[in-house]
Amino acid sequence: MDSVVQLQRQLVDYTVQLFNEGLLDDQFNQLQQLQDESNPDFVVEVVTLFFEDSERLLDELAKALEQQSVDYTKIDAHVHQLKGSSSSIGAQRVQKVCIDFRNFCEERNIEGQVYLQLTCQKCLHQVKREYSLVKTKLETLFKLEQKVLAAGGSIPWPM
Amino acid sequence: MSCTGGGAGVFVKFSRLFVKRPRWELVKMSINCKLSGSNGTSQDSFKPRKSKEVLHETYSARKWRRKFLLLWFFGVAVTIGSIWFLLSFDRGALGRKGQSSDSCEEGARVLLRHFNVSKNQLHALGSLFSDSDQIASLECTKGPGPEMLINDVIACALKVPCSKKQEFQQHIRWVAEDGGSNGKCPVQDEIEFRKPDQSLPDESASFVSQSTTSIISQDFGKRREVDCAEDHCKLLSFDLIKECWWVLVGMIVSCILFGYNLKFWRKQNQKLAQLKPVLQQHQQLLQMNQHQLSHSPPRGAGKWRKKLLIIFVLLGVLVSIWLFWHMHEKIISRREETLANMCDERARMLQDQFNVSMNHVHALAILVSTFHHGKNPSAIDQKTFGEYTKRTDFERPLTSGVAYALKVPHLERKQFEEQHGWTIKKMGTEDQTLVQDCIPDKLDPAPIQDEYAPVIFSQETVSHIVSIDMMSGKEDRENILRARASGKGVLTSPFKLLKSNHLGVVLTFAVYDTDLPPHATPEQRIEATVGYLGASYDVPSLVEKLLHQLSSKQTIVVNVYDTTNASAPILMYGTDVTDTGLLHVSSLDFGDPSRKHEMHCRFKHKPPLPWTAINASVGLLVITLLVGHIFHAAISRIAKVEEDFREMMELKARAEAADVAKSQFLATVSHEIRTPMNGVLGMLQMLMETDLDVNQMDYANTALTSGKDLIALINEVLDQAKIESGRLELEAVPFDLRSVLDNVLSLFSGKSNEKGIEKLAVYVSDRLPEVVIGDPGRFRQIITNLVGNSIKFTRDKGHVFVSVHLADEVRSPLDVRDAVLKQGLELVQDTSSIIYDSLSGFPVVNRWKSWEKFTKSSCIDSKVAPEMIRLLVTVEDTGVGIPEDAQSRIFTPFVQADSSTSRNYGGTGIGLSISKCLVDLMDGEIGFVSKCGIGSTFSFTVSFRKGESTSLDTKWQPYDAGVLEVPGGRALVIDKRSVRAEVNKYHLKRLGITADIAPSLKSACAYLSSGSCTSAPADLPIVLIDKDAWDKESGIAFHHLLKMPKKNDGKDIQVDLSKIFLLATTISSDERLELKTSGLVDNVLMKPLRLSVLITCFQENFGSGKKSEVNRKKPPTLQNLLRGKQILVVDDNLVNRRVAEGALKKYGAIVTCVESGKAALEKLKPPHSFDACFMDFQMPEMDGFEATRQIRSMESQFNKQITSGKTSTELLGNVAYWHTPILAMTADVIQATNEECLKCGMDDYVSKPFEEEQLYNALRGHGKNGRCHALLIFPPLVISSIMESELATNLRVQECMDLVSAIRCLCFSLFFLCSIYGSNHQAFCGSISALDKVIQPLLPLFCFENMSILWKRTMLALLIVSITPTKSEGELEQWCIADEQTPDDELQIALDWACGKGGADCSKIQVNQPCYLPNTVRDHASYAFNNYFQKFKHRGGSCYFKGAAIITELDPSHSSCQYEFHP
Repeated sequence: MDSVVQLQRQLVDYTVQLFNEGLLDDQFNQLQQLQDESNPDFVVEVVTLFFEDSERLLDELAKALEQQSVDYTKIDAHVHQLKGSSSSIGAQRVQKVCIDFRNFCEERNIEGQVYLQLTCQKCLHQVKREYSLVKTKLETLFKLEQKVLAAGGSIPWPM
Repeated sequence: MSCTGGGAGVFVKFSRLFVKRPRWELVKMSINCKLSGSNGTSQDSFKPRKSKEVLHETYSARKWRRKFLLLWFFGVAVTIGSIWFLLSFDRGALGRKGQSSDSCEEGARVLLRHFNVSKNQLHALGSLFSDSDQIASLECTKGPGPEMLINDVIACALKVPCSKKQEFQQHIRWVAEDGGSNGKCPVQDEIEFRKPDQSLPDESASFVSQSTTSIISQDFGKRREVDCAEDHCKLLSFDLIKECWWVLVGMIVSCILFGYNLKFWRKQNQKLAQLKPVLQQHQQLLQMNQHQLSHSPPRGAGKWRKKLLIIFVLLGVLVSIWLFWHMHEKIISRREETLANMCDERARMLQDQFNVSMNHVHALAILVSTFHHGKNPSAIDQKTFGEYTKRTDFERPLTSGVAYALKVPHLERKQFEEQHGWTIKKMGTEDQTLVQDCIPDKLDPAPIQDEYAPVIFSQETVSHIVSIDMMSGKEDRENILRARASGKGVLTSPFKLLKSNHLGVVLTFAVYDTDLPPHATPEQRIEATVGYLGASYDVPSLVEKLLHQLSSKQTIVVNVYDTTNASAPILMYGTDVTDTGLLHVSSLDFGDPSRKHEMHCRFKHKPPLPWTAINASVGLLVITLLVGHIFHAAISRIAKVEEDFREMMELKARAEAADVAKSQFLATVSHEIRTPMNGVLGMLQMLMETDLDVNQMDYANTALTSGKDLIALINEVLDQAKIESGRLELEAVPFDLRSVLDNVLSLFSGKSNEKGIEKLAVYVSDRLPEVVIGDPGRFRQIITNLVGNSIKFTRDKGHVFVSVHLADEVRSPLDVRDAVLKQGLELVQDTSSIIYDSLSGFPVVNRWKSWEKFTKSSCIDSKVAPEMIRLLVTVEDTGVGIPEDAQSRIFTPFVQADSSTSRNYGGTGIGLSISKCLVDLMDGEIGFVSKCGIGSTFSFTVSFRKGESTSLDTKWQPYDAGVLEVPGGRALVIDKRSVRAEVNKYHLKRLGITADIAPSLKSACAYLSSGSCTSAPADLPIVLIDKDAWDKESGIAFHHLLKMPKKNDGKDIQVDLSKIFLLATTISSDERLELKTSGLVDNVLMKPLRLSVLITCFQENFGSGKKSEVNRKKPPTLQNLLRGKQILVVDDNLVNRRVAEGALKKYGAIVTCVESGKAALEKLKPPHSFDACFMDFQMPEMDGFEATRQIRSMESQFNKQITSGKTSTELLGNVAYWHTPILAMTADVIQATNEECLKCGMDDYVSKPFEEEQLYNALRGHGKNGRCHALLIFPPLVISSIMESELATNLRVQECMDLVSAIRCLCFSLFFLCSIYGSNHQAFCGSISALDKVIQPLLPLFCFENMSILWKRTMLALLIVSITPTKSEGELEQWCIADEQTPDDELQIALDWACGKGGADCSKIQVNQPCYLPNTVRDHASYAFNNYFQKFKHRGGSCYFKGAAIITELDPSHSSCQYEFHP
């Protein structure tokens, strides 16, 4: 029983940490609230969807940026998608980087092509970094949750 | 006076009319004004008017007026200047006129002198002959020889009687006079002058008259010339006047232009200033201002004005230069003309005089020829000649002497010398003989020559030249030769005369002995010559005399030159003077064609400086510069003012923007803080539900309390910000005033109990209508603030009393009818009594004073706005009071009476400020009266509209007599304090119970036994006894009296009808138990007395079966809205889609997801079954806007088809109008997007991620548009039939129709019934029971798939109601429906009901269950409901409270409720 409590505490601490680091925001809370008996794996499901979608988008972004003549409209659309899905699950930092990215894309008329491409690549790297970070953290979180469940405890009430 | 008055009037209006009046009027006006200005009284008379006007004008207008006045003064100055200028011109012209008349007189004098001269000449001739013997012997009888023509004539004339001669002379004089008098018609005069010519064929006479005529005519000519010059001058001056006027006009026109310009700009500026910035339009305004500023037309105008000014000044300078030049030219030309005139005049006169003399000499020559040579012996000898010449000397005033020389050929020399006895002598020296002062004797005899011209006769003055041969002098010889050749007088060149040492000339005439033919050749003349007559002229004296005769000798200098030798002119008269500029040369003709003479005239003095011109031009220049300066000053002032204005506007805009930003910031921040604070509070409450030890609980409790305080503070700040930024809008909804007050009361009841305050009471005057229209929330807020304050500052003892009256009631203390008010009044009058008759017995301040200063209360005229009422609310307390010095600032935000206040009592001091703002918004006033240690009374007035009681039909009115079955409807209130009794009476009255008041138990006994209610004690079912008035003994007596069974006609009357209630503030449980067990009282009521408590109590005690109808029309929540609804989510983002689906599903919606706009189009093609659609904006291929547009066009087409009847509505789910609510989902909500949403046909938007409240609001607003709307399109037939009482029959008829429409019909009927019978339970039930048969067969249909949640709910409600009569009472009571959206007043009912049924004692909440700190009705209700449902929770269902809210859904799916209906 103690181990369950300990696990639960660990889970709570971890979640709090994620929030404090700004990786996640209130939206994630709301997602957790949407999860109930009728829909027990809602969060995991959505987040997994997010992972799949994001990876696809990141791939496409990388591809688009490697091309000779970069189609910034396309990049803009991709980043918008990524921004939308990240805000939906509450991955705050990914969302912010995406917003920056989009701003760069919108300013493409001002900057030189080469410079812009470099900036975009830099942004993409940033997005990727943030994404992998949040992915790792969320996966850890889910693992913790599963541990708790496996130990017979219940998921503590979301913050 | 009237004239000056008018002038003053004009003056006053001048500045305004300045630009409107025509310019001449303007000039006139300015003259008028000047005239009036000289009148002191008129000045006085206009001053007040002016000042009065000034008062009405704005400051800027005053400034402009000042400018215009300045302009006016300037105009006056210009006018005066020009008038002066013109006058000076006229004067100049007049002066010249005088001059010319002078010259005329002068001319006349000269003329007269000439006459005299000729007259004298004639006289001399006469005397010569009459006096001499030789002449006397002359006979007229001799035939007139051709050579003697003249003499004959003269002789004849001599025979004429003397009288005739006189007549002749008179005639001449008359002519002269006539010529003088008739100067203006010279032509006529000349005719008259010719008359004597004809009548007197006398040569000399004709000569005289001719000369006279010529002189006169010359004079006339001169006069004419002078006249002409005068005319010319006049013309010139007229021209100048015109020019001056034009300049003036130009200036005035420019002034007017200026004025217009200024006025125009002023108007524009005013327009600008009039643009009042409205807070809502603030941004627009700011932009507009900036736009205007950047546009900046005034600057351009300023430049233009400056240019105009420069042009004006330049023009003025040019005009003044031109004026100077012009006038100078005029002066010079005039001067020249004058000079020429004078010079010519002098020359002519000189010439005339000379000619006259010459003629005399000529006559002398002829005389010599006649009497010396014609006679033998000669009639003339030296003596005669000398005498004659001497005597006729006056005729030749200019000759110094005359001499006669005989022509002597050399052959006759000897004979001649012998005859005369002297030798012919030669002229002495090389010099001219006559010049030398010589003695002839000393001279040498003349050398032998061909001929000689020795002087034989001479005037005595020149007798020394007798015997001198004139031919010996070179000059004389030439002279003589020329004279005899020409036969005319010949002049020498000028030389110095002998004695006078003056320059002179010698005139020589030849004397012929025979008659010469008229055109004799020179040779003949030479041949006929016998001698020579010479005369010397003294030119200087001649000229001198002449000049003496003429005036203005001083002004001009005259020189006479002999210019025969043009290269070396010989000066004959005058001195060489310095050149004074002007010179006029007139030629002189002295009768000798070989000699030329000229007269040179010049002014003695240099011309004076042309002061007139200088004055005029300098004046004009000064004026121009002054005007320029004035306008320059005005322009720079205008520019400065404009600049300032612009700056001010900018600053103003900035300040306003800052203010708005501040308020917005406050509002935003407050709002933002609220959200997390709610989280904190919710968590805290949940924390307190867990197992905590006492300390932890205490901490959490404190945290929760603080959090709630913080929330309250934030709400207040938000309110303040909202009010300040003008965004607070008052609602206008009907509400029940009394229930609002009840709510406030119950809100504070816990607190007041806690504080031990005696009473918290409410009294509402019965003159107030039940329902008023206004903003109940804000009204409540004001009262809450005031009551909160009162409770805060009232400690341990005393009371807080809220009373509401009509403002009209307190208008005069004399006609107060309201009991409570009257007592308040009496209280004031009777201050001496020790125990005060206030609510708690403590002294209170004079509440009348608190509204004494109100001004608006009396302003409301019931005739003007009959539907408006003005409420006067007073909140009286017995608190600490407000110190005098702090009373002035307690309405200032964040200022409290004392700095220690917040320390001791807490609070921020914003409450009163907000209250004041709110009262102001409600068109009311707030005031207070306070005394330290006694208490304070706050009063405020608010304006509401009277509401109809029926306008609150949606509200539940639980106090109907039908609901509360209190038999008899009468009560007795026993209380010592009348105010308190009145309050109790008021509450009872609201329940429809009339109450009597008895001050004590004893008097109550007396009242009962007095027989006033002998009929039956049932008449008095309720007795309320205050605990203060209670004592056991009299209580028993009273009980006995009341409950004593009365036998009436042998029948036992039900004895237990009267119930006794004890009213207590605090009562220990022991006491309570004791009272209950003793049976003396039926129940104990806790104060403050509230209507709901009363009702509950009465219901319990009177056991009414249908006393509480708490099942209500349930307001929909999000879950209610969404449950079972088909919702389409359109988003291309998978994750977003999933989240939205999850969120919507959570609220029970059936969600379908599509990922593109096109797919959405497919799905939403009517007919479809979706209730709403959520759509993302940004989607590839077709974005949300486009999709919405297409869906809307699809729907409208379809709707057209329906209306045209092409498509049967029956087939399409009976939806007659398709409009699927489409809500945009957006991550970034900005205004522009929102507008775009609405433009393309979307209904609303929700922000991603979904927020429950927003989602609810968005959906709620559009619920009507969906399917629910279909309900309202029932044919009117059904509605009208339902209106009939035979409802069931009609519905059975409807039954025959198809199933779906039957259900709908039914539902509609139900809705309709609810709205009609909602307040009347029995009637409602009666109607429903008639529907039983209809409902039964329909029941299986309730699982109808297509039915929306609303329908299902309606059906369910129908079912429930229909089965109600068969079910037990308790089960019906489970239908207490409340949730977050329930209004407070309804919640209060539910709360009371729950307390009664569930057994929760709210007053003990904080004592027994430390998890709540009841503060609001919600808290109470939350607790009570929880209690209630916990009690009925048999099957493990849970009741979940979120935060301070309650979710106790009436919903089959909700486990906590379901079990009650399906046990």
